[in-house]
Amino acid sequence: MDEKGKIKKPRGKARLIPDKCIACGARCQSSCPKDAIEMTDEGKPVISIEKCISCLKCIKVCPTNAIEIYFTPEEQRILDEIKAQSYALPEPEVEILNKKEAAALVKIQQYKGVWVLVEQTEGEPALVSWELLGTGAELAKTLDVELCSVVIGDKVENLCLESFSYGATKSYLIDDPVFRFYRTEPYCQALYYLVRKYKPEIILVGATGLGRDLAGAVATKLETGLTADCTGLAIDDKGYLLQTRPAFGGNIMATILTENTRPQMSTVRPGVMSLPVRNASLKGETISESLPLKEDDFTTKVLDIIKDSKLDAIDVTAADVIVSGGRGMCTRENFGILQELADQLGGFVGCSRGVVEQVCT
Amino acid sequence: MLVVVCIKQVPDTTQVKIDPVTGNLIREGVPFIMNPFDSHALEESLRLKDRYGFQVAVISMGPPNTEITLRKALALGVDNAVLLSDRAFGGADTLATSKVLAEAIKRLTQKEEVVIVLCGKQTIDGDTAQVGPGIASRLGYSQLTLVCHIEKIDLRTKKLIARRKLEGRDEVVEASLPVMISVVREINTPRYPTVPMRLKTEAATLTRWDNKEMKLNEDTIGLKGSATQVRKIFSPERAIGEILGDGIANPEEAAGLLIDKLKENGFIHI
Repeated sequence: MDEKGKIKKPRGKARLIPDKCIACGARCQSSCPKDAIEMTDEGKPVISIEKCISCLKCIKVCPTNAIEIYFTPEEQRILDEIKAQSYALPEPEVEILNKKEAAALVKIQQYKGVWVLVEQTEGEPALVSWELLGTGAELAKTLDVELCSVVIGDKVENLCLESFSYGATKSYLIDDPVFRFYRTEPYCQALYYLVRKYKPEIILVGATGLGRDLAGAVATKLETGLTADCTGLAIDDKGYLLQTRPAFGGNIMATILTENTRPQMSTVRPGVMSLPVRNASLKGETISESLPLKEDDFTTKVLDIIKDSKLDAIDVTAADVIVSGGRGMCTRENFGILQELADQLGGFVGCSRGVVEQVCT
Repeated sequence: MLVVVCIKQVPDTTQVKIDPVTGNLIREGVPFIMNPFDSHALEESLRLKDRYGFQVAVISMGPPNTEITLRKALALGVDNAVLLSDRAFGGADTLATSKVLAEAIKRLTQKEEVVIVLCGKQTIDGDTAQVGPGIASRLGYSQLTLVCHIEKIDLRTKKLIARRKLEGRDEVVEASLPVMISVVREINTPRYPTVPMRLKTEAATLTRWDNKEMKLNEDTIGLKGSATQVRKIFSPERAIGEILGDGIANPEEAAGLLIDKLKENGFIHI
């Protein structure tokens, strides 16, 4: 296509900004269509100038903006020349959606509404469910969509009503003896069924033992994105869910998106989102669904439940007041001093990771 | 009968330092280790091997240097170690990771019946706890997460009984084989490889599978097969604390200041 004699505008080459790379796991290498990137043992990229076609794919995919475009001296010379000759028109850089992306966009637009899974253990709701309704309400308001609760269990219709008190306007209910105890298989089937039928765009689940067990299974079955243990949720200008979570033992924060599949699923840490004010006069609509499930369909059985009274007494995640000590406390005995203070304050004693590791290992 | 252990090589996050000026993570010199939860899964597989005579295979998806961690597993006594490494696998989120691991387990199944897949409850770098359930879901296996004790395996009826550790309670659960089990630290104390064992396995051959071997659709693995995208990574804002007085030079004064502070904020009433 190039006319003879017309100078092609150099596109530059990708270059690593060394301090910014955090060795995220070879995203740049995987995105490169020309195999121009090799990874060092430390997990940092080495970009081959010969192979790089400056397609910008690695730049887009880098979570820390650690790759930039630069011009080699030769390219810079050509650029200056073009500039001087002034006949070179700027190349329009339009991002054209490919067929796959366009199809994905049509598909994701069918999904509407924010769902919160109401977690319950033998009918007893987990507090994090109501916290999530508070956050879900903000997301639903920004998106101008409905906030719905999902209740799966045995004789749990009252939890639908309870969810209205915390801000849900609709509740999907599947009530059956098969759900008496939590087991992955039946709960996964039930939630999968509801998602396929009613197509929500966002599902929030508490990052508890149960929530993480269920969400991981359902998201895989739905082949959609799931972000674990979120501490912050917001909606971006495109209406996508921005999921912020700590990683790397809390040393970094990452904001994660599910761009091309729906629903966007997150598990959220208990106690992070504030509990909305309960208003018993709020009402909503309950949509009852049933699945043809029989106990014989499931091979997993809960044989026994052992309540650990000791664990109940020291659930620091649920405590409002924690008196925490670090390695400066010197000895195990000195934590008795903190216990006295904690008792006065009606709180619990906690400690730093350093203390845990010195005592336990 | 085969037990498959899924392990991940991770940077030792307890040794990560933060640059005090830029607030960035300093990763230089941070050693790679076997994800601690996975070493408990590995230990459990070895105990099951002793008890039931199972074969044990470890699998890991990662860059070529993951070999170091797999060799440690060989030194501990596993029968086979499979390294899943290909640039097409890179940049994977949990969905794309569970795809490659599940497909690798399917390949192992062709040679020998897989009865149990063991995983650590989560990794210390990603902390997601999602890959185990992802594998179970893809393979159609029973799923038991947060297991702190395997009580019984009945190979005749193909049932397993295990204890799960949940918030404030334990559950004793029966599941049918094959089963994916993710383990918590309480399940066991991992053994350490002895020098003779290490030397013996130094020359052992690792099985290596890349995508030429696996032949997976590249749209379902690695970065392309990931449903989630990382938009931004940044340093956490740390809440600024306050140091009251000098507890070493004058502990009484420091205690007085603390009590005043607590009173001021209405935490205590004296």
